[in-house]
Amino acid sequence: MTATNPAIEVAGLTKSYGDHTVLDGVDLTVPEGTVYALLGPNGAGKTTVVNILSTLLTPGAGEIRVAGFDVRREPAGVRAAIGVTGQFSAIDELLTGRENLRLMADLAHLDRTTATTAVTVMLERFDLVDAADRRAQTYSGGMKRRLDLGMTLIARPRLIFLDEPTTGLDPRSRRDLWAIVREQVADGVTVLLTTQYLDEADHLADRIGVLDGGRLVAEGTAAELKRRVPGGHVSVQFTDAARLAAAAAAHPDATTDAEALTLQVPNDGSVAGLRRVLDGLDDDGVAALTVESADLDDVFLALTGHPAEASAPEEIPA
Amino acid sequence: MSTTYAVKDSATMLRRNLLHIRRYPSLSIMLVAQPILFLLLFVYVFGGTMGAGLPGHEGAGDRSDYLVYIAPGILIMTVASVALGTAIATATDMTTGIIARFRTMDIARVSVLTGHVLGAVIKTGFAVVIVTAFVFLLGFRSDAGMFGWLGAIGLLILIAFSLTWLTVGMGLAADSVETASNTPMFLMILPFISSAFVPTDAMPPGLRQFAENQPFTPMIDTLRALLTGAPTGSDLWLALGWCVLISLLGYLWSRRLFLRVPAK
Repeated sequence: MTATNPAIEVAGLTKSYGDHTVLDGVDLTVPEGTVYALLGPNGAGKTTVVNILSTLLTPGAGEIRVAGFDVRREPAGVRAAIGVTGQFSAIDELLTGRENLRLMADLAHLDRTTATTAVTVMLERFDLVDAADRRAQTYSGGMKRRLDLGMTLIARPRLIFLDEPTTGLDPRSRRDLWAIVREQVADGVTVLLTTQYLDEADHLADRIGVLDGGRLVAEGTAAELKRRVPGGHVSVQFTDAARLAAAAAAHPDATTDAEALTLQVPNDGSVAGLRRVLDGLDDDGVAALTVESADLDDVFLALTGHPAEASAPEEIPA
Repeated sequence: MSTTYAVKDSATMLRRNLLHIRRYPSLSIMLVAQPILFLLLFVYVFGGTMGAGLPGHEGAGDRSDYLVYIAPGILIMTVASVALGTAIATATDMTTGIIARFRTMDIARVSVLTGHVLGAVIKTGFAVVIVTAFVFLLGFRSDAGMFGWLGAIGLLILIAFSLTWLTVGMGLAADSVETASNTPMFLMILPFISSAFVPTDAMPPGLRQFAENQPFTPMIDTLRALLTGAPTGSDLWLALGWCVLISLLGYLWSRRLFLRVPAK
């Protein structure tokens, strides 16, 4: 494999179970040393893509090369190059953190001294020194995720797959994990990650692919995608229903939540746009006012015309 | 790459399984308790009457003669009991996330299974030692020489190896841990329809034919001969043949089940 070859090349990838289509012709290219984020709601097919690229699943059709190897014909080559941290913890809960790391070092065929050093380095780097000799069973969610990632990285893979790496983590653990991903990229590692959070893709990824119902509906840098998405929305909570109704009439594109007395007005992020919303609002009629930046729902609404939750593969025309 | 590292990876997986056995000993203790319970039951409850009916004692056989008669069967039930536990352990292991990780790594895949099998054979070794100690405690004495004992140990290891490959396959084929704990139950039933507890001559035709031709009978008869210092005869070759056949089928079956790429 030469330096000019992309780390991942996927053309026309499909996968279906019976007549249920999970992936419906996905094309993507990830250059070496970059971070690619697959963004999409549950059921969009993100995990299926990761499972196929990491040789856990056979593709239906398509040309798929990972680290220069064909996933169908040369799975061993793919496996030697990759590291995978899935959505569900892939640790041995009966073993201690140290034993888990040692297991991975041994399976990566590191020699005794290198393995021992690598285990110590990983324990320190992932802040697991104090818990090193406790069973992984007793670890918190964040610690399990760090151990999982340490087990993936101990063999120094050139390409790592992270399937929803921060789902269920507290904000601090999430930031720690982001820092680790950035370190890896600085070392020249290629990363493909899946996420439901736009801000995560925004923070980490060079390119983002928006996956919806088994198809890539948009692809680009975070800035490119955001240009296609309104800047978010302004959320105004009123003091009474009459004022809410009046404001709703003035903004036909807004969504009304009558119970919460709240109006959500799409906003392009500009000062002029914000001023248009504020005009016609009185201090005594407004209980709360927030300006929200674009989230996954906004991206989805703008790119697919339907909210993220409603995205089931069946609804996508073939 | 995969073949070059098969031995090293198997050793690594064996270490993993030995740690599991150490961390979770309650299952292992249960598996040894079962044959010991049968031993006590058969010697003290049935032993007096059964001993009198043993051939070659002219009706003068007693409890201690019966103990000598059933010791080989109890030892083989110990092996079967641990093998049953291995089906459960394998099925449980397959539900954990780390198996998916192993599948994404460039390792000799079958080492996941050889780790289970070798770990189980070592576990069986411990179980057999404990049960043998009980058998001696109850008054068993053997005329076997060094050769007989070595042969018995070798045969038990071979039986453990073959039954374990079979139960690893059952563990992999099971769709749940509950199924995995049920399918190998026949391994605990079969010794009752063999020469383990009564001579097969005492059984009605049909059942007797089954008992004489099923794999446990030559295994038990060989072990009995080795432990009493008697000649093993053709039973030895039958027992070895069954062991090789069961190991081979169990290995090929398990390997096929584990290596297939999951469809979903």
